[in-house]
Amino acid sequence: MTNQMITARGLTKTFRSKGQTVEAVRSVDLDVVDGELVAFLGPNGAGKSTTLRMLTTLLPPTEGEATVAGCDIRRDPAGVRRRIGYVGQGNSGGHTQRVRDELHAQGSFYGMGRRETRLRAAELIESLELGQSANRTVQSLSGGQKRRLDIALGLIHRPELLFLDEPSTGLDPHSRANLWEHIVDLRRETGTTIFLTTHYLDEADQLAERVMVMDHGAVIADDTAWALKESLAGDRITLEFEGATDAAAAASRIGGEISGRVVTVTARGGDRALPRFIRDLGDAGLEVVAATHRQPTLDDVFLALTGRSLRDEGAHAADATPEPVAV
Amino acid sequence: MSTTTSLETSARPTGFARDTATVFMRESRPLVRDPFSVIFSLVQPLVFLGLFGPLLVGAAGGDVAGTLPWFVPGILVMVALFGTASTGANLLFEMQTGSHERTLVAPLSRSALLVGRALKEVVPLTIQGTIVVLVAVPFGFSVDTLGLIAGLAVLAVFGIGFGALSYSLALACRNRDWMFWMVHQTLLFPLMILSGMLLPLEDGPDWMRVAAAVNPLSYLVGAERALLAGDVGDPAVLGGILAAVATCAIGVFVGVRSMRRAS
Repeated sequence: MTNQMITARGLTKTFRSKGQTVEAVRSVDLDVVDGELVAFLGPNGAGKSTTLRMLTTLLPPTEGEATVAGCDIRRDPAGVRRRIGYVGQGNSGGHTQRVRDELHAQGSFYGMGRRETRLRAAELIESLELGQSANRTVQSLSGGQKRRLDIALGLIHRPELLFLDEPSTGLDPHSRANLWEHIVDLRRETGTTIFLTTHYLDEADQLAERVMVMDHGAVIADDTAWALKESLAGDRITLEFEGATDAAAAASRIGGEISGRVVTVTARGGDRALPRFIRDLGDAGLEVVAATHRQPTLDDVFLALTGRSLRDEGAHAADATPEPVAV
Repeated sequence: MSTTTSLETSARPTGFARDTATVFMRESRPLVRDPFSVIFSLVQPLVFLGLFGPLLVGAAGGDVAGTLPWFVPGILVMVALFGTASTGANLLFEMQTGSHERTLVAPLSRSALLVGRALKEVVPLTIQGTIVVLVAVPFGFSVDTLGLIAGLAVLAVFGIGFGALSYSLALACRNRDWMFWMVHQTLLFPLMILSGMLLPLEDGPDWMRVAAAVNPLSYLVGAERALLAGDVGDPAVLGGILAAVATCAIGVFVGVRSMRRAS
């Protein structure tokens, strides 16, 4: 039987920044059930982290309501905090603290007994490969080690629900892959529900069972990555011709966008459509000299939804979320 | 589900006292692991003691043994003032890295997050104060043991309050380090000079004496001089206790309020 782990209705957050009112999150509805791994995908400043901060009781919503792990975020924030794990964007270990000490302190924060905390800390140190760093201070760890410690801190009390805010941002590709391996393993072993934000397309695509796309403070799509790509983007086919005249003539027959001698067209079932296009255009005297077929990505989905590429948006380093002065 | 079961047994409801103890333990742990950090932060007061002290002796025209009972208590207050005033910088750093955010999401009382941190100030302050006195003893400084214990206790009360104010400043500055250090530097030196900690204010202009009269540190310095000399009945002791308690009450009140509003 599945239980509702997160339910949010009309969740809204408004900030005042430099005399202006900014709606960071606009009436977001969410439903996440027990055991799901859901990715919140969107560019920097889309409102992902603000939503997460409301769900984790760090920020009070301006409007709307939400129940997280069975507790109302407004009426029982302490209940929410007891039941969830949270890994924020920053490194959560105190810089002068030793790794093992910080895990022990985290256990006592959650009311765990001394023996239970020590056993659990040892378990996490082993499973997250922190053994050689356990007696080192947090400030001496590498970026990947710090992030693994963050995950361990978020999991010490075996939460029912784990929130991860941009878990792999700033890590090199090897550390990212390593971190994800750990998260997937831990989830397989414990069945913990995971709700994460990311602006990495591959991360959401490969790991999440469900992707919620957020833009300008609103959820604009919510489905599996496969279904989103299938329904919104379609396969990308590029056809190259001898000259621009042939390309224009081809585009007038099959549609698509022209760029010099190349026509790009979107079609469902692209692997079957491609030979058909080549055959039909050849019959019309338009010879295709080169062709490619590419499966859609979540970036294509975002492009179809917003007219913008998430890759370009993601390049903006600064989060557009203003200094939080709640109204 | 097994995770739910373990959660019910592990995540017991916590209370203010337990949370405060937990936060205190976490904050104190780096001091235990690396006690030299406490010693290193003694450099400034010891420099004052070693370099400023002889000048003061020369200026006053007295001898070292006669000047130390006046000067050492001032250095003790300096240790309390500088140590606790800078402690907010640790919180500032933790706010910027994400460590503070983690504690806000944990089921800890917000008040305990502040009080536990502020109480930690007592540990380095007591150790440092004792070392300063011990360093001065071979130079002819004689101290009343009970008076020293009482003096350190009064300083501890003040330190908790001043540390809490430093944390409040950090919470207000958020990611603006420059603002924290600007306020810190702007307030600290006038407070120090206008307390008569290093130089007597009796010969200063009237406005300085008026400023000293509203500076709680002046009363603290007076009380420490009386207590370390073993003069527990001196009215200055009561003044110092009141100044320390007032600083503590205001500091903890402001600090708890700031922490409760933190996000």
